[in-house]
Amino acid sequence: MLELTSLTKVYKTGDKALNDVSFTVPKGQIVGLIGPSGAGKSTLIRCINRLVEPTSGSIKLGGRELTRLSSGELRAQRRRIGMIFQEFALVERLTVMENVLSGRLGYVSFWQSLTRRFPPADIQRAYRLLDRVGLMSHADKRADALSGGQRQRVGIARALAQEPELLLVDEPTASLDPKTSRQIMRLLVEICAEDGLPAIVNIHDVPLAQQFMQRIIGLQSGRVVFDGPPEALTTEALTTIYGAEDWNAMKNDAAEDVAAEADAVRRMAAISA
Amino acid sequence: MTSYPTTWRRPPQIFTDRRWRIALQIGALVYLVFALGTLDVNWARIADGAERGLRFVAGFLQPDFTSRWRDISIGLVESLTMTLTATVVGVAISVPIGIGAARNITPRWVYMVCRSIIAVSRSLQEIIVAIFFVAMFGFGPFAGFLTLVFGTIGFLSKLLAEDIEDIDESQAEAVRSTGASWLQLINYAIQPQVMPRLIGLSLYRLDINFRESAVIGIVGAGGIGATLNTAIDRYEYDSAGAILLIIIGLVLVAEYSSSYLRKFLQ
Amino acid sequence: MTDFPDHWQHRTPRVRLAIWFGWLCLVALFVWCWELMTARTIWSFVWDAPTQAADIGSRMFPPRWTYVENLLVPLWDTLNMATLGTILGVILAVPIAFLAARNTSPFPLVTRPVALFIIVASRSINSLIWALLLVAVLGPGLLAGILAIALRSIGFIGKLLYEAIEETDIRQVEAITATGASGSQVLTYAIVPQVLPAFWGITVFRWDINIRESSILGLVGAGGLGLNLQASISTLAWPQVTMIMIVILATVVLSEWVSAKVRQAII
Repeated sequence: MLELTSLTKVYKTGDKALNDVSFTVPKGQIVGLIGPSGAGKSTLIRCINRLVEPTSGSIKLGGRELTRLSSGELRAQRRRIGMIFQEFALVERLTVMENVLSGRLGYVSFWQSLTRRFPPADIQRAYRLLDRVGLMSHADKRADALSGGQRQRVGIARALAQEPELLLVDEPTASLDPKTSRQIMRLLVEICAEDGLPAIVNIHDVPLAQQFMQRIIGLQSGRVVFDGPPEALTTEALTTIYGAEDWNAMKNDAAEDVAAEADAVRRMAAISA
Repeated sequence: MTSYPTTWRRPPQIFTDRRWRIALQIGALVYLVFALGTLDVNWARIADGAERGLRFVAGFLQPDFTSRWRDISIGLVESLTMTLTATVVGVAISVPIGIGAARNITPRWVYMVCRSIIAVSRSLQEIIVAIFFVAMFGFGPFAGFLTLVFGTIGFLSKLLAEDIEDIDESQAEAVRSTGASWLQLINYAIQPQVMPRLIGLSLYRLDINFRESAVIGIVGAGGIGATLNTAIDRYEYDSAGAILLIIIGLVLVAEYSSSYLRKFLQ
Repeated sequence: MTDFPDHWQHRTPRVRLAIWFGWLCLVALFVWCWELMTARTIWSFVWDAPTQAADIGSRMFPPRWTYVENLLVPLWDTLNMATLGTILGVILAVPIAFLAARNTSPFPLVTRPVALFIIVASRSINSLIWALLLVAVLGPGLLAGILAIALRSIGFIGKLLYEAIEETDIRQVEAITATGASGSQVLTYAIVPQVLPAFWGITVFRWDINIRESSILGLVGAGGLGLNLQASISTLAWPQVTMIMIVILATVVLSEWVSAKVRQAII
């Protein structure tokens, strides 16, 4: 489905953010991309929809080459790739509905989008997606009136409105609390399973990745240093990706989160009982 | 299976009542019609002016610096000296008034007096002030100097007073608790906090004063504005173009150097 | 026991010297400028000023209240000049702001310098000077005033607006780009909603300033209250001058209040 071949990105400063990255993602697979900050995770997923211009290598989505496109073709190809952002990146001052409909911008003309006259099918789809992510009643609210978890749901709906063939997800839970993070991850996995969508999820939280991903790719200094199922992600493997200290600290944090959440659940149960 | 709506309209954001929106739109339209109706355009005069307009554009593109250079240089010197002296004197007067107009460190009656001085200075346009000063002190840069001082006081004192009112109260508290006198309080708690801002504002005002000095000459208060006025009266558009370019250039220089100086001093 | 130094100085001697030198330069510059400026001042006029002031002051009061009837039409003209000038200025300033902003300029190497020059030129020249030029070209009247207000507003609105455009959140722009939106769609969906509040605030603020400026443009023949002011001063009708100043003051205070209210409502 998605095929990366020796993808390399060198920034103007001379930093080699990606170094000969190759892998393929088949239909319906959810891949977690892990690695320390600065490993090139963010650059990698931005190269796929060309928000960042790769220096060399090839990217093929469903057999179509994505590098070297004219700007018109690039727009058409971007429509096929939905992206979900770290800090939601909603247009704060537009309504929830407009944010979801903005996923259709690649399909409608400038005048249609300016006057907000989207085709009926698009509006119907937008409502269906809002219902799917549980925000049907919030359609007319402004995006900045929503909570973090709700905003990320709008972000998901916007990406799905594109009817994408691939989802790129950039740290979807970085600005959410642990409980909401799990809810968002669960929603993402469900949606991908329903539609058979492949997804690349850039994620810094290893336990979360192990819980939800089918396959994990570890990046270190722009190179793939691990590629396998979550079970294969042993302490040694993690140490090669992160270095020993970072990994232990992260594990402890995660354990605390899980304990805190379990504790909260117990207390809620006690209150309602 | 549920069916979803196929239409959606963006809900109005500010005026949620439909009647209000329509009333406002009609009101705006009626106003525009009336306002444009009062515009009594004399097309014949404009057609006449078109040729002059072209000459002015040509003058701006091919400015003549030389033939009136003597007048221009006199005007420039007047403007520049007026700007500097007025800023220095203005700042010197603004500081006590600004301190007096800060609610947190002065008695009520001083506050009221200083605030009224500021209000008077701010509410009168500089050009009107210039007219009065010219009537009292005669033509020339001295009236311009006084006008700029007057304007500087309103501008600087107000901003300075606001800065003093915004200072970190805990520092003033700490100094007060040592048993410092009022003057010591100003010197130790207030001055260090507002000094950088005061310097920045003074430089900014220097820049504004130069721009103003180009205007008040029109009513006889000296400076480059008077030269410009004469050039336009004589239909010497190439000299006028040169003067405008000099003003633009000097404003640019003043703006860049003052922002550079402000960075340097902080 | 350790020996502590018994004297302490706030700054090192060198810094102190530099500061003193700086002050000395400023004083010298001031004195020199003062000499140059006053070289042609006729001091007898200056010493005479208090008498003159007292004379004018006594003639200015009481204001001629009945003159207010003659000021209603000029007041209406003044308001129109400010409002129409602001509208025209906004229409011209918006495209220039988008050309000047680093992140929206279509060909930054060509369009940015041109747009920035227009903004600087408009900003450095006071609306009264614009009016002076336009009255010479177009003849006296409201049209010259409206154009003068509009030309001066371009720089003000253009500068503040292009700064607001440059401060927009890049992530929202990135997100809209990633959906496959075209350049113009990114502009209308990601950038315009972000700068809209700033835009209204700037416009109303400039309208308020324009009311202030349009009330005096008549001094050079561009219509409105300033025309009456000019006429009254040249005929030495001081009680009328007072009345006009009262009307100008009231208008300015009122417009300032309106603009503050509107800006509060927006933010």
